[in-house]
Amino acid sequence: MAPSFREVLRSGRFVITSEIGPPKGTNIEKMLHHIDLLRDKVDALNVTDHQSSVMRFPSIGGCLAIKERGGEPILQVTCRDRNRLALQAELLFAYTRGVRNVLCLTGDAVVVGDHKAAKGVFDLDSAQLLKAIRQMESGKDLGGNDLDGAVEFCAGAIVTPEANPLEPQLIKFEKKVEAGAEFFQTQAIYDLDKFAKFMEYARQFQVKILAGIILLVSAKMAKYMTDNVPGVFVPQNVIDELAAAPKGEALNKGVEIAGRMIATIKKESMCHGVHVMAIGREEVVPNILKAAGLAT
Amino acid sequence: MKSITKQKPFKEIEQQLEGLDRVYIAGCGTCATMTKTGGREEVLAMREQLQKLGKLITGWIVIPTACDEMTEVAVKENDGAIQNAACILVMACALGVHKLSTYIDKLVIPALDTLFIGIEDAPGCFQEVCAQCGQCVLGQTAGICPLTACHKGLLNGPCGGTNNGKCEVDKEKDCAWTLIYQRLKEQGRLDMMRKYYSPRDYNVAPRPRTTRIA
Repeated sequence: MAPSFREVLRSGRFVITSEIGPPKGTNIEKMLHHIDLLRDKVDALNVTDHQSSVMRFPSIGGCLAIKERGGEPILQVTCRDRNRLALQAELLFAYTRGVRNVLCLTGDAVVVGDHKAAKGVFDLDSAQLLKAIRQMESGKDLGGNDLDGAVEFCAGAIVTPEANPLEPQLIKFEKKVEAGAEFFQTQAIYDLDKFAKFMEYARQFQVKILAGIILLVSAKMAKYMTDNVPGVFVPQNVIDELAAAPKGEALNKGVEIAGRMIATIKKESMCHGVHVMAIGREEVVPNILKAAGLAT
Repeated sequence: MKSITKQKPFKEIEQQLEGLDRVYIAGCGTCATMTKTGGREEVLAMREQLQKLGKLITGWIVIPTACDEMTEVAVKENDGAIQNAACILVMACALGVHKLSTYIDKLVIPALDTLFIGIEDAPGCFQEVCAQCGQCVLGQTAGICPLTACHKGLLNGPCGGTNNGKCEVDKEKDCAWTLIYQRLKEQGRLDMMRKYYSPRDYNVAPRPRTTRIA
């Protein structure tokens, strides 16, 4: 039997996770294709939960598809759309279907998505959700009632190493650690010197850190991310490198940059692994791993 | 403290008044006057707009404080004009609408939307600082309410959407948790931010909320 994701995290080897984005609609062919393409190349696959507050096929549906196809899923759970009853019910269901990994997120605001008039829930926050999992593992629900059959999850969370200001995010990070997070997938990082500094701090905690690698497909995207995505800064030399790529070659350049970063992170043992996000370009994730010298 | 209101889109007022040709208008001399949504000037402007639509305005009043008990007296004094109307269009907050509906046995129609209970921090600039949740946390958050000032109402610190001290949903709005962090840091009390806060008890004051002074 393949080792569980928790066992992989504890093994000390370099961990690779990636991400699957469910479709808007019932046509799941592309999602299944991405799962088949990646399931044997990574240690686990996240499935996003209405990413950017855009209504989609559910995370749990993607996770079950990964299980059916022999992969290891990470259920992303946000607190935006469900109250504590619905969140707990989702975890009970996930557990019975063999899902063993959960990434706990607060969730984007409703208004950034495509159902702006919807009610944002946020009955719990990410730290409270982590704690809820640990409580459910002890056999009690959040109401203090006995569960007939408990859960057990490898629970993770996210952190933004380059947030500004940083300290409030680090305080939250520490609260998530105390609440029971075992691993962290970071917001995209592009400046490895800054990341090394973050790791100096993060290493003091008994958690595994997977560096977030978002594939850049153009200089325009790199600039957009720097200007608009909280805590993401693409250094000018990387933007220049993308801009200098010959016409039609920017994507390949982005693959090369991502691969190079992963290779450096691994070679210098900067952290415990990487989380590769290709956002709509899942097809090229194998190429990124190849460029990083990680392809099997 | 003021009840902050905004006039409904005129189209919506027009729709609510469909088939109602005789209208009595009631404004409020307190909050709605200060926010320029239901004072004398606004009531008269509404009268003119409705007259242009062909409505007959049977009368109008600016009640000193529409949510007060004295409103009953004002209603009685104007009973003739009120009885002559098919409905009362209320240019007060929802508290005023509610109060008037208890004294008048006619359709009561709000012309305003009640947004929040706010304080004026600069002339004409109102801020919501309390959501009246029934479980005050200001003692732990340096006097800034995260349930009100944070878009997501988070209790355990900022979300990942905050950037440069601003909120994910509006770059003009401050991130509540950045403000709380700054104040607690100045006070040397960041330990309060490091403390874990359990999920809120939404049953502490179940709706409809009510209280009786012993």
